[in-house]
Amino acid sequence: MTERLHAFVEKLREKNRDWVTDVVEGHGEVTVFVPKEHIVDACVFLRDEHQFDMLADLCGGDLGPEEEPRFAVNYHLFSTTHHNRLRLKVRLSEDDPHVATVTSVWKTANWHERETYDFFGIIFDGHPDLRRILLPSDFDGFALRKDYPLRGYEPYSLN
Amino acid sequence: MQTVAEESRIGENVLDNALESEMTLSMGPQHPSTHGVLRLDLRLDGELVLKAIPDIGYLHTGMEKLFEYKKYQQGIVITDRMDYLNPLGNNLAYVMAAEKLLDLEIPERAQVIRVLFCELQRIASHMVWLGTHGLDLGAMSPFFFCFRQREKILNLIEAASGGRMTPSYFRIGGLMMDLPAGFAERCKQFLDDFPEAMNTFDTLLTGNTIWHSRTQGIGIISREDAISWGLTGPCLRGSGVDLDLRRDNPYSGYETYDFEVPVEHDCDVWARYMVRIRECHESAKIVRQALERLKPGPIKANAPKVVLPDRDDMRKHMDSLIHHFLIVAEGFNVPKGEVYHSIEASKGELGVYMKSNGGPKPERVHFRGPSFVNLSALPDMVKGEMVADVVAVIGSLDIVLGEIDR
Repeated sequence: MTERLHAFVEKLREKNRDWVTDVVEGHGEVTVFVPKEHIVDACVFLRDEHQFDMLADLCGGDLGPEEEPRFAVNYHLFSTTHHNRLRLKVRLSEDDPHVATVTSVWKTANWHERETYDFFGIIFDGHPDLRRILLPSDFDGFALRKDYPLRGYEPYSLN
Repeated sequence: MQTVAEESRIGENVLDNALESEMTLSMGPQHPSTHGVLRLDLRLDGELVLKAIPDIGYLHTGMEKLFEYKKYQQGIVITDRMDYLNPLGNNLAYVMAAEKLLDLEIPERAQVIRVLFCELQRIASHMVWLGTHGLDLGAMSPFFFCFRQREKILNLIEAASGGRMTPSYFRIGGLMMDLPAGFAERCKQFLDDFPEAMNTFDTLLTGNTIWHSRTQGIGIISREDAISWGLTGPCLRGSGVDLDLRRDNPYSGYETYDFEVPVEHDCDVWARYMVRIRECHESAKIVRQALERLKPGPIKANAPKVVLPDRDDMRKHMDSLIHHFLIVAEGFNVPKGEVYHSIEASKGELGVYMKSNGGPKPERVHFRGPSFVNLSALPDMVKGEMVADVVAVIGSLDIVLGEIDR
């Protein structure tokens, strides 16, 4: 199973050595670490040349304020023809939580990126409509960051 | 009226000219046809939809944050409340992600029972969809017939788990408990009666000319767009893409069952309707096969540090008692790692991204809800349709706001 996935990783490396900084395998899944400036090119390459025509999921992650780089964005690619899955991962530092949008590659990235922005404050450059999606527009802070308290900053009150 | 709508689908210039008389209509969040608390900002020219902007988040409960503060086994009950029409599917996705991290092997009987309940749940979910979809489009009677069928399934789920809408029946490593006595007979009785109920729906809707004119040619999304928008489940198969994770990324032994994947090529509301109707028959087929495979055996994995021991063992064995205490009080540590596991839920691909840092609580749990992704394609599907057809398109997407807002 994972041999086929590693073949895709090799193809990525052949195309451009800079696209792959690290590869991690676990539980039958392969994670490819991609530098943030190459993520759109790598996605277009995988979509056009290797039939990864669907972005199954895009989600953010926070390793905590003491980690550097602190944030991660996971791109779960899926193919509707050969049914393989590949995870691309972009690491972002807290000082510069910017990454280029992939809405031009897959339309579905639109809402996923809005959700990631909403919860982690990761900014997707070039996104057509980067607003909060689940939380109210005047919400203070980014709720899924590790340093955001479970009950929010305001003391709980019924008033 | 008809010609305006048709023209607008053909050429964009009609939409441009119409912009002068634009009107904004806020549909929802209390509108009965938005299936919960969805609000749509509709930009209209008369009855024609120029633009639709979904506004979600009214039901946001912060589940993904909550998961990080709960032990792995406590997270199961949260998943019930996500897509509340398909709780067992949510349970399955969550526990399978954790099992993948733990490398647990699930016994055969537990797998069969999981498949059995997931398919029953799929039928129940489709029954609610069919009833409300019909109700939205003015067909009131199917609703009552549908809920009668769903009631029978909920009774079966209640018999096994004690809960109707929040069963939490699947556990990490197996099941909460075994099936009650006489379950197979009750389930067979339901399956025997079910085809006749499906005939009723065919009589009421499938052959109904009003139903045809309300659904055919409405809410079209092409095959390429459907894939790019990430549509999954019946919505994708209604656009002619032959994809079903039960067959293509099999889990829980689905590869050993004999079933067909219904695909329709019309790309409209009607196609999505037909896919779900045909799916109900296939699900009933799988349930029947699962019933035949029910052999006595263990329902929990052999992992005493993860799976709660039987009550009987706890009375006799000291170590079982200790394990029980430790699992309940401290939880179990899950090895470091991250997984993405997805299943074919009733509405499409339900994916769970789970990351563990080695402790008893997950570092991150993210749910890829099929309703969330399917709804994001709505603006494309209703552009150039009439206001009344927006309701038809929303119904055909089969959204549940509990899962969209999480």
